Amino acid sequence: MTIATFADAGLVLLVLTIGASTIFARRAFDAVIAFVVYGLLLAIVWVRLSAIDVALTEAAIGGGMTGMLLLGAAARLRAVEFDSFAAALPVRLCAGFLCALAAAGLAGALLLSPKVVLSLAPAVMENLPRTGLGNPVAGVLFAYRALDTLLEKVVLLLALLGVWSLAPNQAWNGIPGLRIYDQPNTTLTFLAQILPPVGIVVGIYMCWVGANEPGGAFQGGTILAAMWLLVIIARLADAPSTGNTWLRIGLVFGPVVFLSVGLAGLVLANAFLAYPPGYAKPLIVAIEVALTISIAAALAMLAAGPPKPVQQQ
Amino acid sequence: MDSFLFLIASFILTTVAGSLIVILRRPAEVDRIMAAQLLGTGGVAILLILATATETGPMVDVALMLALFAAFVSVAFVRDVSHPENTAQRR
Amino acid sequence: MAFARDLFTVLALVAGALFFLAGTVGLIRFPDQLTRLHALTKVDNLGLGLVILGLLPQADGWFGAFKLVSVWLLVQFSGAVVTQLIAGALRERGPCA
Repeated sequence: MTIATFADAGLVLLVLTIGASTIFARRAFDAVIAFVVYGLLLAIVWVRLSAIDVALTEAAIGGGMTGMLLLGAAARLRAVEFDSFAAALPVRLCAGFLCALAAAGLAGALLLSPKVVLSLAPAVMENLPRTGLGNPVAGVLFAYRALDTLLEKVVLLLALLGVWSLAPNQAWNGIPGLRIYDQPNTTLTFLAQILPPVGIVVGIYMCWVGANEPGGAFQGGTILAAMWLLVIIARLADAPSTGNTWLRIGLVFGPVVFLSVGLAGLVLANAFLAYPPGYAKPLIVAIEVALTISIAAALAMLAAGPPKPVQQQ
Repeated sequence: MDSFLFLIASFILTTVAGSLIVILRRPAEVDRIMAAQLLGTGGVAILLILATATETGPMVDVALMLALFAAFVSVAFVRDVSHPENTAQRR
Repeated sequence: MAFARDLFTVLALVAGALFFLAGTVGLIRFPDQLTRLHALTKVDNLGLGLVILGLLPQADGWFGAFKLVSVWLLVQFSGAVVTQLIAGALRERGPCA
């Protein structure tokens, strides 16, 4: 066995241990930290599986955004005293059995699959040069399965609407209740002044490079969202009210551009979401730029939470 | 060279893993966020070594992401630790 | 030339890995949270710095080397500031449970 195999085996063992630690943690906070560590380790696993785009997204979303969301949730729960809620034993046994069934199904599908797997990968690579893209993932996202990507972005907006609708009626159009730092802290201010410019450059780079190398709108948008959240948490900027016109324009900008290009394809290239020959790459890059803005706004607002009712202090 | 790089990456992985297992058994929250930070730095080192070993440039981008977001989670932690609600009931 | 380059990489990487080990041992064995925090940043940033130094000769041209150095600078900076933040929180609240 080569060293690489040993390293991979060690990585798998570590991932399983951290996963178990997430489940068996006593407190919500411990489980969240274990989950963040799990996400970061999983990014390394994706890298070993040569899925760099997925690794980028895992490190960003699984490591960063989800971690921040869950930490905030755990902190809110901590402030509320409640009795420990434990499900009855039959319910837990049933849940355990169903989870084991799902795991067995996945294992079976992977281990018992036929030797020769039908794959579209060769067809993808063969036709990729016609789109002008160098990254097969971008090709799949924007050329072969563009409809799925368009619908995903709309789903993101719907999720945001769902989060916003958690607010009481009078709080609609209010400011999200993102918990910020207590009082101005010079160290945090320093971080929030230096890091975001770097983050913005990296985010733009991620979006731009996605056409030819792993990256893309989603990864770039996540970085931009995280930087914006950092600035808000450090009290260097206020969270925008959810009724803010510019915010709403930014949110729909991506899907609208995507949809317009798709509809224009009906006229220019004879099919919805088809690209006129030779213009595929510029159009796709334009869509990615628009999507980066929307994804950044949507993810930041998702993490910020529902608008808080204005309280009498 | 490649085998050596993988060896070093495994060594760092083992080191980080060993500390993670021990740290995560300590009850204090700060110890756990330190474990997450340690993993962030260790993960960046492992990814950079792997990038050179497999000659895949984009892995350095993943390391960049890890670096940015490890700091982000720590900021969220410090925010929660210093919020007045936390001085209320603690289970 | 290639041998000198490889030797440099080997030495720097071994040193970096040893620093990681030292930092981890410090994190486990030091008596209280502030000293552990200190061990964490100082030694791990140095460990990462040595690892990156060792990888620079093998890097993919100037842009590759530039990316490696910028990753290092980013980790250094964010690590240092985050440690200050955590230490500040510790000082405010005392060693937390």
